[in-house]
Amino acid sequence: MSDDHDSTEPGLDAHRCENGHLSYPGHARCPDCGAPQTETVDLAERTGEVVTWTTSTATPPGVREPNHLAIVEFEVDGEAVRALGQLTTADGIEIGAAVDPVYCAELRAPGAGIREPESQRWDGYRFEPA
Amino acid sequence: MDRVAIIGASMTAFGDRDAWLLALLAEAGDAALTDAGVDGDDVDHLYVSNMASGEFEGQTGVPNALAHDLAAMPAYTARIDQTSSSGGAGIYAAWQSVASGASDLTLLVGGEKMTHRTTGEATDVIASLTHPVEYKHGVTLPSFAGLTARKYLAQYDAPRESLGKVAVKNHRNGLDNPHAQFRKEVDLETVLDSPMVADPLRLYDFCPITDGSAALVLCPESVAAEYTDDYVVISGVAGATDTHVVHERDDPTTMRGVVESAEQAYEMAGRGPDDIDVAELHDMFTILEFLQSEDLGFFEKGAGWKAVRDGVTDRDGDLPINTSGGLKSKGHPLGASGVAQAYELYQQLLGTAGDRQVDAEVGLACNVGGFGNCVTTTILEQP
Repeated sequence: MSDDHDSTEPGLDAHRCENGHLSYPGHARCPDCGAPQTETVDLAERTGEVVTWTTSTATPPGVREPNHLAIVEFEVDGEAVRALGQLTTADGIEIGAAVDPVYCAELRAPGAGIREPESQRWDGYRFEPA
Repeated sequence: MDRVAIIGASMTAFGDRDAWLLALLAEAGDAALTDAGVDGDDVDHLYVSNMASGEFEGQTGVPNALAHDLAAMPAYTARIDQTSSSGGAGIYAAWQSVASGASDLTLLVGGEKMTHRTTGEATDVIASLTHPVEYKHGVTLPSFAGLTARKYLAQYDAPRESLGKVAVKNHRNGLDNPHAQFRKEVDLETVLDSPMVADPLRLYDFCPITDGSAALVLCPESVAAEYTDDYVVISGVAGATDTHVVHERDDPTTMRGVVESAEQAYEMAGRGPDDIDVAELHDMFTILEFLQSEDLGFFEKGAGWKAVRDGVTDRDGDLPINTSGGLKSKGHPLGASGVAQAYELYQQLLGTAGDRQVDAEVGLACNVGGFGNCVTTTILEQP
């Protein structure tokens, strides 16, 4: 397992195995077929579609309140891959809405919650109505 | 193969308890040993189902401490952590210990102490089970429920009110459970007007934060009658996993861990969904009762909400679900919940459930960890 398969992964890289299956995040072996994942596909410049979304109003320490969240599906060469992420806004969001990833330097305050701050990255991508 | 019997069971009052974890575990463990008529030093194996005693309370090494408190030494001890399904996983471990012949008498005690933490802190301890790419977005288990509920309602054209009816039903059942955290009826209007927590789910769609413990005593069925006339048997038990990362599931409204563990448990018991007379499901969120009732094969996919609407799952319906009040009304002390599900079935099958009693010979419990990440399904029967 290469280092970029782990929790320090900064971006929105889907991982592809030799049989063409995609996953986000990456895993030691492809969850679909068990083959090694051999390449990455950057989803950050692509437009995705909202599978479902919610607004959480009871958020843990260090998390914005309310916290708008969505599961978003991207299509890459006919293969679907999904990612969960914060929404910049809930305005105009519905199932099927088109969204674009936008970079955010700190998605929640490191160290405010139980997770060891050094154990993972805290930057990443939010989704914004396209 | 000799089946495994449950010859004693107990649960403490669930709720906001002054006692800390060790005292809660000792209370339930002591009561279960008394119920079975055995002593601590009769116990060969002692398992403690618990998710996060270190994180919640700063107390680790709990199984050994409990063995000492219950005079169960030199029993072999181990802690079983499978997050919210630690209790069900404990049943599986306890079953294995007896079925394998490694233990002639096993005590299983599940428990959690949570209410001394704020809701945000407790939610964060539970959310720490998520993948780093989920955790950094501040996702919580309730927000997974909101995401899934919106998808379910849209996919199966179910009205928002249908979820509220799960809460109304389970609170009605919990009214008759002396151990339940909330013994209060709620009407649909109250549920639908309660504060939004994870849109479209509101406060009354969620279980509370709870302290409590529950326990079981297990032995081979062939010797159960030497201890007591009142016992039940574990005819089927199995566990399974689904993806850790929740968004990687093809269909967010299906819990593969429920499907897989149920298929294996049914096969082991020689039973099917139609044979089940009463079920305890993991209604940590109202939406989960729909998903499990479908993925266990009780109802067609997308039809679970109609069964609740039509009263099929009421206490006097064809398939009573969560006669205990469920996690929703009884409370959800993480490691205790799966054990307490079995305690309710034990009472139902022995005919000691009082005002909650239904006519049942075969019961099923489904205990869900994470957001369906790991699941155990257990089938209990009259001997």
